[in-house]
Amino acid sequence: MRRRIVARPGAWVVWGLVTIFFVGLAGVIGSVVVNSFGVRWFDTWLPETYTTQWYGQAWTDFTLLPVLTVTLVVCLLVAGISVLIGVPAAYVLARRKFPGGRLLYLLFLLPILMPPITYGIPLATVLYKYGLAGHLSGVVLANLVPSVPFVILTMTPFIEQIDPAVERAARMCGARTRHVFGRILAPLLVPGILAASILVVVRTVGMFELTFLTAGPDSQTLVVALFYSMSAAGIRAQQSVDAMAVIYCVMMVILLVVALRFVNPTQLVARVKDDSE
Amino acid sequence: MTAFTTLRLDGVTRRFGGADALTGLDLEIRRGEFIALLGPSGCGKSTALNCLAGLLPLSDGSIWRDGTRLDTLPPERRGFGMVFQNYALFPHMSVRKNISFGLQMRGVPRAEARRRTDEAIRLVHLEEHAGKLPGQLSGGQQQRVAIARAVVVEPSLVLMDEPLSNLDAKLRLEMRTEIRRLHQNLGLTTVYVTHDQEEALSMADRLVVLRGGRVQQIGSPEEVHNRPANRHVADFLGFRNLLPGKAVSASSIKINGFGVRPSASFVGAIGVGDPVVAAIRPEDVEIGSGLEVTVDVAEYHGREIAAEVRTADGLTLHLRTSQRLAPGDKVEVTLPPSRLLVFPG
Amino acid sequence: MTTSALALRHRLAERGIDPQLFLLVPATVFVIALFVYPFCYGIAVSLQPAQGGALAAYRAFFTDAYQRDTITTTLGIALPAALVNVLAAVPIAYRMRGKFRGKRLLTTVLVVPITLGTVLTAEGLLGFLGPTGWFNRALLSLGVIDQPVTLTHNYTGVFLSLIITGFPFAFLLVLSYLSGIDPSLERAAATLGAGWAQRFFRITLPLLAPGLATTFCLTFVLAFSVFPSAILVGDPTGSTRVISIAAYEAAYVRYDYAAASAAAIVMGVVELVVISVVLGLRSLLYTGSTAGGKG
Repeated sequence: MRRRIVARPGAWVVWGLVTIFFVGLAGVIGSVVVNSFGVRWFDTWLPETYTTQWYGQAWTDFTLLPVLTVTLVVCLLVAGISVLIGVPAAYVLARRKFPGGRLLYLLFLLPILMPPITYGIPLATVLYKYGLAGHLSGVVLANLVPSVPFVILTMTPFIEQIDPAVERAARMCGARTRHVFGRILAPLLVPGILAASILVVVRTVGMFELTFLTAGPDSQTLVVALFYSMSAAGIRAQQSVDAMAVIYCVMMVILLVVALRFVNPTQLVARVKDDSE
Repeated sequence: MTAFTTLRLDGVTRRFGGADALTGLDLEIRRGEFIALLGPSGCGKSTALNCLAGLLPLSDGSIWRDGTRLDTLPPERRGFGMVFQNYALFPHMSVRKNISFGLQMRGVPRAEARRRTDEAIRLVHLEEHAGKLPGQLSGGQQQRVAIARAVVVEPSLVLMDEPLSNLDAKLRLEMRTEIRRLHQNLGLTTVYVTHDQEEALSMADRLVVLRGGRVQQIGSPEEVHNRPANRHVADFLGFRNLLPGKAVSASSIKINGFGVRPSASFVGAIGVGDPVVAAIRPEDVEIGSGLEVTVDVAEYHGREIAAEVRTADGLTLHLRTSQRLAPGDKVEVTLPPSRLLVFPG
Repeated sequence: MTTSALALRHRLAERGIDPQLFLLVPATVFVIALFVYPFCYGIAVSLQPAQGGALAAYRAFFTDAYQRDTITTTLGIALPAALVNVLAAVPIAYRMRGKFRGKRLLTTVLVVPITLGTVLTAEGLLGFLGPTGWFNRALLSLGVIDQPVTLTHNYTGVFLSLIITGFPFAFLLVLSYLSGIDPSLERAAATLGAGWAQRFFRITLPLLAPGLATTFCLTFVLAFSVFPSAILVGDPTGSTRVISIAAYEAAYVRYDYAAASAAAIVMGVVELVVISVVLGLRSLLYTGSTAGGKG
């Protein structure tokens, strides 16, 4: 394999593009990280001295503890509820053919296909109307809108690859419906549910638009707080904004490392399945 | 479990969205019998098995265990055991747990469940693999687990859905004997689905031949083998030569190119002058003075040669012979009348 | 149970309707309550502006060039970004579809920008590509340029941020579509005398095309909803004033919910039109199994 890559000029172009991309990516992340530790970084390659004071400043200035707590609570609630609602639906969609099934699948697909702002604005209006927005419940409800379909979409192929004959075999062994679910399906679904919920957590931490539209001052997640501090640049030191960005970044990377223990990188994007089978 | 004297299928019918997969299956299964449902793929044999198991609801008809109606019961309350085509072992349970699952579901006391599980593991020679997960076993071993899981609960009926189709040829022969031995030793009533006529003939006490969702013939292996009920059954059971002809009297026919063959066995109502199909197995075609044919293809089968030959009229015949034939050879063949079965054409 | 009730149950079961379908109820109720209802509510609001007829909000949107142009601005950013992402992903994914050492590491690193999201990417781009950032310093010290180039607070900044978050997304999707194509198909083509280009263009590409259409749609959806980066690294009052900014401004700056809903609906419609065109073209392609025979 390796020898062939060296032999082809096309390979050089490909690897070149990849390198440029990674250099850019490293630059983007590096700038944030270096700046968050830097003191007096103006017209030089690197800051004159380094400090960790920006982190302390970010922690107090942006009241990060409550923000992180909110982020955590929102994520856990969204992941838990969307699994509870999504998995049973995914089970039926994976196992059964029934009239209107494809239409229903399309309905579940729509919230993922629509730009969050498009349904976020009417959704926020409705949530405000019923007094649900502006605090935690609104943020959770809004984030559930793309998460439930996401769980359905990731779990459906996962359930499809569990041989239905296994369920039938359990019945032939005398298992009642609750035994089939409790003893056979649940243990087999655990890895999939785990993967789906981690993916939902990753997406919720990163979900900006919906949280932005429905959050009140006490219910901002980290990414929204980051956006506000960035767009209000000048009020705070840029370095402490970057310190906050690094905290966000570290949190995401930790989640990512955890997630990748359970899922394939491609799954973070979407679960691709052949239409044919 | 619930032993029975007879299990009766009464006009069992299953439709899938308008198309009939199985039509009016009547069958009486006696205790201890080994019944094979035989037919090409799509003939309805698996549908019949799943209806019997309770995994598919019937569209029409009923199933009775002695005086009790069964078809309204869910599968878990019929007390049957089943071996699936791809084994359907619980992938997250060890061999031992797979086998004891049914006993737990039936609320068998722990000590007894343990004893019976051990016994079943011994029965299928898996003592060394009891702690392994199904994924760590070979196909043949998985097959044994599936069988042990089905028989450990001492079901009143064991259903087997093409259990040997995923095994290689050598293992298939071994498992065939194994299943037959288990059946004899445990006296289990068994319904066995297969598309392999040899398997069905060698294992079953009675065969049910299906085609297009309808029963074609029910009978002992000898009956089905020697006297298929119609040309389709004949075709499926190894009568590879189906020759068009015409009935010239009540007991003789004229086959194109072969002239009049007397004293052929007629199956079904045939009038003089009717078009017929004469069926004969390749091994019954004799080489000797008769019609001259040219060898097209010769396959080496050890002691025998299987050959495809062609008559001057362009009619193709299959035959088996111990004579060494090569493509292009010219030989003369005859069709012994006693081996010819004649069906309405 | 009576026979007629049983017969009805059988008839329904044959059509695939039985009590198990109740498992669908929570999800369906949820999607209707929190997606369909707000959406319809939004349409209703957009049709009831403070003054003017039912369509006044839409008329206002389409007659005001400042609003109307957001459509072309959005498409002008999203379509090229999605196209570049997909087109760049194909050769790279094609090159990397086999197994090689470090593939898992590579894909993992690629996932990073997706999870970082647009806000952090924007922050990083501001620093990296800014007038005193590393990028300009590098070009200056190499002597390529004399003056720092402006790459942020304009179209380029937004475009680059969409590449950084969108390319890995497109790449991973294309890669997984490619790995779904049976490699023995290409080997079969090679034994029939097809060269490298023929194998790619006559075998792999036609099988990959439907996947590319899907990838394009998903990447486009991501790029189309660009909001934070359009504000942070773009020029939110000029060259990168996208529809989502127009909708957001109407709702949270001018408190004109009819206009905001109208803008949001227009946004959704424009996006769905693009997607349906792409999916319509996709349906003309072969979309069957990509395995080489028995699966």
